[in-house]
Amino acid sequence: MVPERKVARTARMTTSTEPAPADGTGAPAPDPSTTPTDRPTAVSVQGVYKVFGRKPAEAARRLEQGAGRDAVKALGTAAVIDASFDVKQGEIFVVMGLSGSGKSTLIRMLNGLWKPTAGHVLLGDADLATVSATRLRELRRTRVSMVFQHFALLPHRTVLDNAAYPLEIQGMGKAERRQKAQTALDLVGLGGWQDSLPSQLSGGMRQRVGLARALAADTDVLLMDEAFSALDPLIRREMQEQLLELQQKLGKTIIFITHDLNEAMHLGDRIAVMRDGRIVQIGTAEQILSDPANDYVAQFVADVDRTRVLTASSVMVRPTAVVPLASGPRVASRTMREAQVSAAYVVDRQRVLQGVVRDDDAVAALKAGQETLDGIVHDGVAPVSVDTPLAELFAPAAESSLPVAVTDDDGRLVGVIPRVTLLEAMVPPEQVTTSDLPVDAEDQLVTEGARP
Amino acid sequence: MTDTMIPRVQLGDWVATFVDWLTSTFRPVFDVIKTVLLAVYDALETVLHAPPFWVVAVLLAALAYAAKGWRLGLGTLVGFVVIASVNQWGNAMDTLALVLLASAIALAIAIPLGIWAARNDRVSAVVRPVLDFMQTMPAFVYLIPVVTIFLTGAVPGIVATVVFALAPGVRFTELGIRQVDKEVVEAGHAFGSTPGRILRQIQLPLAMPTIMAGVNQVIMLSLSMVVISGLVGAGGLGGDVVAALQRINISLGFEAGLSVVILAMYLDRVTSALSSRSPVAKALATTSA
Repeated sequence: MVPERKVARTARMTTSTEPAPADGTGAPAPDPSTTPTDRPTAVSVQGVYKVFGRKPAEAARRLEQGAGRDAVKALGTAAVIDASFDVKQGEIFVVMGLSGSGKSTLIRMLNGLWKPTAGHVLLGDADLATVSATRLRELRRTRVSMVFQHFALLPHRTVLDNAAYPLEIQGMGKAERRQKAQTALDLVGLGGWQDSLPSQLSGGMRQRVGLARALAADTDVLLMDEAFSALDPLIRREMQEQLLELQQKLGKTIIFITHDLNEAMHLGDRIAVMRDGRIVQIGTAEQILSDPANDYVAQFVADVDRTRVLTASSVMVRPTAVVPLASGPRVASRTMREAQVSAAYVVDRQRVLQGVVRDDDAVAALKAGQETLDGIVHDGVAPVSVDTPLAELFAPAAESSLPVAVTDDDGRLVGVIPRVTLLEAMVPPEQVTTSDLPVDAEDQLVTEGARP
Repeated sequence: MTDTMIPRVQLGDWVATFVDWLTSTFRPVFDVIKTVLLAVYDALETVLHAPPFWVVAVLLAALAYAAKGWRLGLGTLVGFVVIASVNQWGNAMDTLALVLLASAIALAIAIPLGIWAARNDRVSAVVRPVLDFMQTMPAFVYLIPVVTIFLTGAVPGIVATVVFALAPGVRFTELGIRQVDKEVVEAGHAFGSTPGRILRQIQLPLAMPTIMAGVNQVIMLSLSMVVISGLVGAGGLGGDVVAALQRINISLGFEAGLSVVILAMYLDRVTSALSSRSPVAKALATTSA
């Protein structure tokens, strides 16, 4: 039922036997040719609990033994329960959940603002659960920076000096740090605003300062706590695009907290869904959409704009009518007749898409006694790549009577998307309408799903 | 005499015994305090008394002008001329010296205590009821033990004033620091700043408008208490107020009282103008809607 969780578990076990790479020097630039999962681990969270209240350690111990969140209420409030995941270098890892789900507490344990009650948070070779205060400060200066929901700028300092703040803490000289801060401001598109005070800027611009400040620190890990939630939707979208662009350019490891599913799906290489302190599912946007771990996640994703998240590869089907280039009109017309279609894609020996052949052309060529497909293969096909989001498939689907052809990077035909499939994909998978169930039943379903 | 079932508790006697014990045991300590305070007070008094009236008046008016503007500057000058014209200038300068010294001592104690209380809930829990006690105990009552320890003169006046004026300084400092946006303090931690640096670069600057409001309160309370300390011979305007009261001398009472009012207005306007001139207050004032 919950394959993603198992994956996360396995990953955790691997890291506990062979510790994360020890690089005190900072971030080796991630190799762009590798997928995020092949890269070294930047942050590793292992069985982390955080309980606030009178007897946190006792509460964490009972939770570890399987007690529920409500059962330990008298001992304290369990904000995070048994969280485990690895974030790879250069990955955007999104933690998503509603308010009170524990996501803000979780992110604050990744730079030691909170100490875990139990478990380990590995940043490189340092365990934030046990490091000294001095070492923790050093790690914050050099390894991990943060962007805040309400920007958290110093109101009495100029934009430039705000962006230079982390460098000032690092002990850098005034001229040098101002120059670096200016570079960071230029990077986020705020060149020219350096002498303004934060109060003179709009919300979006203030958060750009927050982002510039974090970038100026030049750490390999970037924590973003609901960084765009206080911005209005248009600005938010703009900031998301800018973040993706910057990430591509700089290759930072980003851990992004949000309550907005669309934002999570748009930004995240992988997404962890949190509920009541527990991570209920970890996976890519597509995995979470098409294979939700439980009804809670399913309900959560029900109203997401699927056409922007799902890609061609997730809805394509095996092509039924494919004609080899080397064959003749006889094979072509028979293939089409059997598949009951009026046109077929033509591929060569390596399955590279060559074009389309139509039934009337094939019949005419057959009557003319032609042995090959020469002259009747039309190249007017516009194939789409496997990564194309559904939203961009509607135009090609409307223009052609054929199913949309999907090709891989080498131009090989890997699937087709008939129009009816495209329309079906927009409808969420069948789900229990939990609103019909009594509240207790719903809770039970979710908790059962959440437990490993 | 009503006869209740509750036995008479000799609380007052115990306190009296305690103060007696305090006086005899710490006599050398109190002597040192007395000597130092007196020396500083004398020096301050000399500085304010030595130059001719108009030099001091113009300097104080210039300060008001710099803090707020020409209207406050002009108003100050007029007010001080009024004080001089009713022959209270010397007393006013004595009172000003007492207020400045007592406020400085009160703030030197209050601000660090407020910072400590803001950073430590336990300290805060202890300090709060003590401050309540200090603020609500009738001001005259302080004078009694203080006179036992320091006898009469300027020193008991200063000590009583410090105790009386301390509370708002502590309260406003603690409040100001606790009110600083948590996220901004978190940002300081998140970028690896030390707690001391966060205090200096984030908490104190952002709390400054509130702390300055506390400074203003401390100075105003000091002034009111300094007048009351006329009862123990602290001198200045308070001395004349007490003398007028004892002799039912309406004209002297009015003149001394009016001088107190003018001095109070001057101190209040200048300190509140200074508090709105801190960088943070200015930055917040420019907030675009």
